[in-house]
Amino acid sequence: MKIDIQDHMLVPKHEIMTEEEISDEFSEVDYDIKDLPKIKSTDPVVKTIGAEPGNVLRITRESQTAGVFVTYRIVED
Amino acid sequence: MDDIEMKVMETITQLNEEENLDIDFPESYIDDLSKAYVGKDLSDDELKELIRKLKQAYDRAHVEAGEAVGTVAAQSVGEPGTQMTMRTFHYAGVTELNVTLGLPRLIEIVDARKDIATPTMDIYFDEERRNDEEFVRTLANQIGKSTINDILKDFNLNYGTMEVEAVLDSKKIEEKRLDREEINAVIEKTFKKSIINGDELIISSAKSDKSESKFEIRELRLLADKVRDLQISGIKGIGKVIIRKDDKEWIIHTEGSNLKEILDMDGIDHVRTTTNNIHEIGEVLGIEAARQSIINEAQNTLSEQGLSVDVRHIMLVADIMTSEGHVKSIGRHGISGEKSSVLARAAFEETGKHLLNASIRGEVDDLTGIIENIIIGQPIPLGTGSVGVKMDYKKE
Repeated sequence: MKIDIQDHMLVPKHEIMTEEEISDEFSEVDYDIKDLPKIKSTDPVVKTIGAEPGNVLRITRESQTAGVFVTYRIVED
Repeated sequence: MDDIEMKVMETITQLNEEENLDIDFPESYIDDLSKAYVGKDLSDDELKELIRKLKQAYDRAHVEAGEAVGTVAAQSVGEPGTQMTMRTFHYAGVTELNVTLGLPRLIEIVDARKDIATPTMDIYFDEERRNDEEFVRTLANQIGKSTINDILKDFNLNYGTMEVEAVLDSKKIEEKRLDREEINAVIEKTFKKSIINGDELIISSAKSDKSESKFEIRELRLLADKVRDLQISGIKGIGKVIIRKDDKEWIIHTEGSNLKEILDMDGIDHVRTTTNNIHEIGEVLGIEAARQSIINEAQNTLSEQGLSVDVRHIMLVADIMTSEGHVKSIGRHGISGEKSSVLARAAFEETGKHLLNASIRGEVDDLTGIIENIIIGQPIPLGTGSVGVKMDYKKE
């Protein structure tokens, strides 16, 4: 039986962002999206959701301090 | 609760518009505000005042731009670290499992060790089977390592015929819920010259000629050890298992860890089953899970010693350790060894090596960091030093 690792309590929600969402989110920041924290294309979650190198993932963590925290990672080779 | 949260959100939007407050609270604040609104039975005006006061406190708590958060985190983890026990082992709770705790464990975590001293797993079961003792015990024996030695009734070395004679204990096999056929298959596969007759085993050395010599006695003893240590069940990497009943359900703790294979097994809770091996979590569940695991492990290690460190410091460490997509250590093989500035690296460890290599490659130091600027005696880019003044040429 193949299990879905995204169900695991340690794994936060990963979503692939569309071009539109990326430009909405990052147009007014003074860093390049290439400087975002990285996630490997071989990462098991990246493989499960089928993200490609260059994609930006929106990661919604459950945070002990903020309740919900949204962060981003860029998929790299 | 949703209606109240909506009410709180609306009040915040209203305040933002009326008083230009620019409030953007995290979700946990909205939660707390809603609870206070209901619990303390606040009027709308009181809620507004509470939000204003909270906004002030929130702004005060914010980290200023240019603050040395990394240094503060290092101090905040380092100081309690000096009070930790140097004792490596201790019995964790009710189980008789050895787990590395205290300072050695904390060092393991921040060093991102691949081979940790005591890997261990907590295995939970899915809803239907978490109270099924029979199922749990069967699975525990499938997971845990069993050797022939565990199911022996009688064991003899026959020096006359140069054979190992063993009698298996059917009761023990049944107790451990092992499959007789499988055991026989393993024995036959490992020992070419074996005769299985019900419970009785006769195994002789694979080397055929039985010429009398002193070496053969030694060989027979080695063979006997091999027979005893033959693994007949268990998952790779896992040793002893301990079955424990919690208030509500059965849990298995293991010595050794193999997250991938355990998660693939039937009847396992795929949500809560974890290991304490951070690299393994990174491989099986991804970098984000590894980050969360670093935080959990570090926090548990500290709180077990009665020390409380703000999670934010640990989160910062975990963020940095996982920022490149794989788990990196703090220290010379990880973060500190990868700094772009030669002087900063040389000031940390292996001074000669870094200076020599930099001179061979013709490296350039932009002097953008703190350490480099301290070395050459310039103001450092920290706090008020992180901003500069630029002249506006167009202004008359």
